[in-house]
Amino acid sequence: MKAVGIILAGGSSNKMKELTRKRAAAAMPIAGSYRAIDFALSNMSNSHVPKVAVLTQYNSRSLNEHLNSSKWWDFGRKHGGLYVFTPTITADNSFWFRGTADAIYQNLDFLKKSHEPYVIITSGDAVYKMDYEKVLDYHEEKKADITVVCKTLKEGEDARRFGTVKMDDDMRIHEFEEKPMFAKSNIISTGIYIIRRRLLIDLVEECVEDERYDFVKDILIRYKNLKKIYGYITDEYWSNIATIDSYYKTNMDFLKAEVRNHFFKEYPEIHSKVSDLPPAKYNPGAVVKNSLVASGSIINGTVENSILFKKVFVGNNCVIRNSIILNDVYLGDNTYIENCIVESRGTIRANTRHVGEDGIKVVLEKGERYGM
Amino acid sequence: MRKKEMIAMLLAGGQGSRLGVLTAKVAKPAVSFGGKYRIIDFPLSNCINSGVDTVGVLTQYQPLRLNAHIGIGIPWDLDRNIGGVTVLPPYEKSSNSEWYTGTANAIYQNLEFMESYNPDYVLILSGDHIYKMDYEVMLDFHKEKNADVTIAAMPVPMEEANRFGIVVTDGENRITAFEEKPENPRSNLASMGIYIFRWPVLRDALIKKKDEPACDFGKHVIPYCFEQEKRMYAYEYSGYWKDVGTLGSYWEANMELIDIVPEFNLYEEYWKIYTNGGGLPPQYIAESAVVDRSIICNGAEIYGEVRNSVIGAGVTIGKGTVVRDSIIMQDSQIGESCVVDKAIIAENVKIGDGVTLGIGADIPNKSKPNIYSFGLVTIGENSVIPSNVQIGKNTAISGVTASEDYVGNVLGSGETLIKAGGQA
Repeated sequence: MKAVGIILAGGSSNKMKELTRKRAAAAMPIAGSYRAIDFALSNMSNSHVPKVAVLTQYNSRSLNEHLNSSKWWDFGRKHGGLYVFTPTITADNSFWFRGTADAIYQNLDFLKKSHEPYVIITSGDAVYKMDYEKVLDYHEEKKADITVVCKTLKEGEDARRFGTVKMDDDMRIHEFEEKPMFAKSNIISTGIYIIRRRLLIDLVEECVEDERYDFVKDILIRYKNLKKIYGYITDEYWSNIATIDSYYKTNMDFLKAEVRNHFFKEYPEIHSKVSDLPPAKYNPGAVVKNSLVASGSIINGTVENSILFKKVFVGNNCVIRNSIILNDVYLGDNTYIENCIVESRGTIRANTRHVGEDGIKVVLEKGERYGM
Repeated sequence: MRKKEMIAMLLAGGQGSRLGVLTAKVAKPAVSFGGKYRIIDFPLSNCINSGVDTVGVLTQYQPLRLNAHIGIGIPWDLDRNIGGVTVLPPYEKSSNSEWYTGTANAIYQNLEFMESYNPDYVLILSGDHIYKMDYEVMLDFHKEKNADVTIAAMPVPMEEANRFGIVVTDGENRITAFEEKPENPRSNLASMGIYIFRWPVLRDALIKKKDEPACDFGKHVIPYCFEQEKRMYAYEYSGYWKDVGTLGSYWEANMELIDIVPEFNLYEEYWKIYTNGGGLPPQYIAESAVVDRSIICNGAEIYGEVRNSVIGAGVTIGKGTVVRDSIIMQDSQIGESCVVDKAIIAENVKIGDGVTLGIGADIPNKSKPNIYSFGLVTIGENSVIPSNVQIGKNTAISGVTASEDYVGNVLGSGETLIKAGGQA
């Protein structure tokens, strides 16, 4: 592969409310056994990108813990491998990352010391499977300066939280709007870019010199008439988890056979840190329907249309419906949970009831873990 | 100089022929257990949990699966700069090359490996038991007694004592007699095949007994040390320990994992069992599924009914199928509308639709009644079973079978069907 990778994992999203209090969006648990960043990292590894930088800033403890060894994604290599960069104070810089372009600027040495001709940039909070080599082939074929991977939204999907693009017949992007109030196009940018490494260095340096720090606003949009920016349309599954609703929906998508097959059964696989948990255990009284259950869980109650992450304990006579229970949650006897996301490591006391009445309720409960 | 206080030598070369078709192509230590583990995971995890970070694994019989499983030891944290796991197969020498002819002979052939770590103690283990043991505590006992040899031993029912190596001890746990499979046992304390030797004592015994044909620890080395009046002690162990040497005990040990609070508990935090693979994705339990009293591994998809069973990683159970009291190992696919009763189905088996396993009378197996008993149906890895056949009890099947192999679509109780091949 002729490219190095950059995964932008610095962001927090206010729209994730309580859930990103503990962690960066890229460290959000997904589909029972994964973290959001596993998808970008596995895509990099499966596309044979030899060297990847993860740029983090916001609340990165959980993310760093997840990335403490790079061997799970096959990045424990003699050459290349995984680099995790957080902002540091240097002789000539004492800022946090002031934006995505600034994050790249502050780690420009990573790019300058690489020799691969291209850079693949992606975000750490999107769930998708992609062979970047195909995108790079397209990029070369179009002789593009920048290629933006795009997706056509389905009828009824809200484009307002994305960047929307308009392309000509040759797929060259001539309009690019960031989070428009009124979207003129239903084609959105997925935040996956390919760009020549030298060009990226030049653009980022120019940009920061101008005190501009955002990759989309200050590079893609400002340069769209000057540089050849092309769109590459993907029609495979892609979902961004930047809001509570989209996080909930993305997880629930895995209850559909076609989504599970795409991610779990089709080659190549998504890698993650191995957690050494025993098989899930179904005790008498367990009734499980249309649900995903991760390893280490012990079930004594009813679980329907839900996702149990790793090491969830479901007590006797519990009922869990349409909910996501994150890692290592203990649910005491007789609890009732509906339309909720239960935050990880929580302990729900026996006989508690949580129902998301209008929308999804986030449950943060730190009861004493008794009876264990 | 390199130095490790204690290194472990793990004997993993045996076939385990009493497991029948399960070990036709894999060594017993590599046989799957509890859905996602392999038998060797237990001693390997015990090693790392006990602080033993240097392990030689002696392989001989069908080592491919074992080698692939162990790799460089990453799952057990045994990928080390110095020490870690080393797979030790028999090798050619300038004169008298030979296979490993016995347990002690295998260790003798690897004297140089042990020497290179300059150990004070050597721990001898076998790769075919299910248990959790802190070898460090056993070493403390060994040191405290100033012993030359310590043998882990556990009480067994008196009537079974004649199947084991029996130790007789004094009030101080010092061994006063050692009897290999005695007709009239004088004690019920059975050797578990776990030994700690002072390295010079082991080296001396192995060299002295090197010309013994099929040199074995229980038969030759331990009696030799005893004759030499070495200080030999029994370390009494009373926890869960299971020899899964027969299909019956293998099935039973798996079933015990399902108990509400199992005697052998995989869910304890402080003594984790590590393994390689097992698959990452969560398991999916469909709308049509019923799961009761079972353990199910990652990546399994259940559309049918599963009761009192152990389901391995990546297994699919089709709609309308009922699985009871069975072990289904990783990546096997069971079609729709099947009935599976008391079966052991090895890895990567494909079963068609409308198949019934485990029906009819409990007739002993005609060719190997000692192996295929307990009323079990045993299916070897990579086998294929066509749709709409019925298979009786105490049966064994291996290889790609087709409808014409089943007379009147039935394989009666007590029959054995071994065909060539197997799906990749």
